[in-house]
Amino acid sequence: MTGQNDHLVRFREVQKSYDGETLVVKNLNLDIARGEFLTLLGPSGSGKTTCLMMLAGFESATHGTIYLGDHPINNVPPHKRGIGMVFQNYALFPHMTVGENLSFPLEVRNISKADVQKKVERALEMVQLSGYQHRRPSQLSGGQQQRVALARALVFEPTLVLMDEPLGALDKQLREHMQYEIKHIHENLGVTVVYVTHDQSEALTMSNRIAVFNDGVIQQLDAPSDLYEKPENAFVAQFIGENNRLKGHVRDMNGSSCRVELDNGQGEVRALAVNVTGSGSPTTLSLRPERVAIDPVPGSLPNHFEAQVEELIYLGDHIRTRVNVCGTDQFIVKVPNAHGHASLKEGSTVTVGWEIDDCRALDA
Amino acid sequence: MTDAAITGVVPPANEPLTTADGRPLKSALARAERMRRVKAMLLVLPLLLFIGVSFLFPIALMLFRSVDNPLVADHMPRTVAALEAWDDRSELPDEAVYAALVADLAEAREDRTIGRLATRLNYETGGLRSTITRTGRRAARLEPPFKEALIDLNEDWANPETFATIKRLGNRLTDVQYLAAVDRRYDVNDNIVAQPEVRQIYVSNFIQTLWMSIIVTVACLVLGYPVAYLLSILPLRYSNVLMILVLLPFWTSLLVRTTSWIVLLQTEGIINDVLVWIGILSDDGRIQLIFNAEGTVIAMTQILLPFMILPLYSVMKTIPPSYTRAAMSLGANRYYAFWRVYAPNTLPGVGAGCLLVFILAIGYYITPALVGGQDGMMISNFIAYHMQRSLNWGLAAALGTILLLGVLILYWVYNKLVGIERLKLG
Ligand SMILES: Nc1ncnc2c1ncn2[C@@H]1O[C@H](COP(=O)(O)OP(=O)(O)O)[C@@H](O)[C@H]1O
Ligand SMILES: [Mg+2]
Repeated sequence: MTGQNDHLVRFREVQKSYDGETLVVKNLNLDIARGEFLTLLGPSGSGKTTCLMMLAGFESATHGTIYLGDHPINNVPPHKRGIGMVFQNYALFPHMTVGENLSFPLEVRNISKADVQKKVERALEMVQLSGYQHRRPSQLSGGQQQRVALARALVFEPTLVLMDEPLGALDKQLREHMQYEIKHIHENLGVTVVYVTHDQSEALTMSNRIAVFNDGVIQQLDAPSDLYEKPENAFVAQFIGENNRLKGHVRDMNGSSCRVELDNGQGEVRALAVNVTGSGSPTTLSLRPERVAIDPVPGSLPNHFEAQVEELIYLGDHIRTRVNVCGTDQFIVKVPNAHGHASLKEGSTVTVGWEIDDCRALDA
Repeated sequence: MTDAAITGVVPPANEPLTTADGRPLKSALARAERMRRVKAMLLVLPLLLFIGVSFLFPIALMLFRSVDNPLVADHMPRTVAALEAWDDRSELPDEAVYAALVADLAEAREDRTIGRLATRLNYETGGLRSTITRTGRRAARLEPPFKEALIDLNEDWANPETFATIKRLGNRLTDVQYLAAVDRRYDVNDNIVAQPEVRQIYVSNFIQTLWMSIIVTVACLVLGYPVAYLLSILPLRYSNVLMILVLLPFWTSLLVRTTSWIVLLQTEGIINDVLVWIGILSDDGRIQLIFNAEGTVIAMTQILLPFMILPLYSVMKTIPPSYTRAAMSLGANRYYAFWRVYAPNTLPGVGAGCLLVFILAIGYYITPALVGGQDGMMISNFIAYHMQRSLNWGLAAALGTILLLGVLILYWVYNKLVGIERLKLG
């Protein structure tokens, strides 16, 4: 990517243990570029919050160094780091009005009264809450509180803002709306955002890059589209989007592709060798449901199998079809509800096929 | 069914809503709820009765007793009636009053009520007890004219004040107990004047009680706040142990603790020994820490500490750590974050704890009685004294009523300032 000086945050060999027995974060190396929107995505308990808290200064790294700009910040107390933060429960001060909440970081910085007022008004305008200055947080709806928290984290113009599942408490519709709003604010201000979520669609919507966490380790760090289309291991393929999994062993390698013998003896699949070491190594094949064709022209695709239709679920824009193929009856195919799509019947026999590039041979 | 019910059309706002069969919604709801309410009432009825009998009734009785004054009216009816006509307080009443007095006292002696009568009058004017009992003993043998005979017998009968006292106490309802409770009395002309200096004890004791309660409350707050904070942030297994330590005072007998305070605090006690040993005190400069006001304050602080810690803890427990963290991420250092963000959110707990401790302290009896000595007495000790020793229940009731009133006023002020609904006791 870019040179080292463009990195606002660098984690170097960071480890964290709470109890001295287990590592919650294992050897984290992560560079975050200026102006980037980086999301830490992973299941609950994977160490995302811990990473964020180490960056914010509320937890200390057990080992390793965290740099902000060019300076290690391991020994800088949180209030001197100048990092804005949005908490999951918003952490708005209930005994202060919205205006007082927003002027808090400015007063701490000894900014003149007139400037404080100006900045507060501008921040509220940014989150479309002008005129709410004198309300108390308890008089606001969840979405409004969320915006106030956002405004408060941004009002003192930090270069870096951390957000720990900030939309977790909102309902689906509001959450999606706020995703766009946060994304726009990020684009307008050029601020660097480190965002934590366990919701993959949220991560895909908002981020420049996503670091997929599992078990204290970054499994893959990539742009959303790469993450979805080119997962590097079985965990990422499973965690991001839906995928069909087939277990097997590599028969032989042929450049970038390989032939995989399925473990249940139900055939041989040609796949893209992504994360396999060589012939004989065990592998999990990952195949997106929308990349499977039903009744393709014979010979047009390298992989071609007979399948029984087990179940059809009508979902409007597509029909989710569960078929029995290659010895598994949990194989999902998404059939787009386009004009003249194949009309399937439960119990009927069809053929399914896919490209080599769409079938990724990952770690076992 | 009405049309409205079928089509779902809402009637105009000024018409009452009705159910589908046209009954007013309000009464239908009330009927539906009534049965449930009656059942709920039945469940709490025993407790309500118990509270009524054991709490409200005694308080009403106390209020009544503080103004009730039947003795003189009942047992000296003739004298009281005769005194009606006595107006010029500078002169002694006439012979008729003296005659009535002799008749009343003779009868009172016969009925054996004279002792109580004498005691009652003695509360008002010191020395009257012996005057009454002695006069009662001779009354049957006295000859008219009674005025000279009585004055001859005891010079109190030559003092208009004696008759003013009798006349005043002839009223069945009286405020003399309240006056006595604030160190006031009536003089011969029924003006309210201060008690003689040696008998002025209650006002200064009310002030001392108030003052000691404030000190105890502040001490509890200062000592309890950090403990409550620690309790709220410690992991469960440590906080449980600490909680047991906090509650320990509830589990040890008061007498055991009193004994240990004496061991600790007395002039030859451990604390003094240590202070002398370190060299802070000289051996003959040992300080008295028990059987005085200091001892009472120390002991009461220890006893009442849990009542401060528990409400504080219950409030602190609900304050998410993210508040302080948010403040720090916004640029406040640890202390500023505590002062501006954490502390204000503990105020309901502070209010509740202080109110609770103060109210308990202001009416505390047993500890001052045990370790208070002479100058560590609180108003409840006087109330107890008048109930058990001097048997002046009227005065005890008046003192108690004033105390109750003070607590109610405090409650009212708290409600105005903070709001009672914000009180969190646990
Ligand atoms: N303060 C703490 N003390 C001890 N263990 C903790 C603490 N915070 C988190 N953990 C543990 O560290 C692991 C990672 O937690 P966390 O970083 O909160 O994960 P995430 O945010 O991804 O859900 C979890 O197993 C959790 O139990
Ligand atoms: Mg988390």
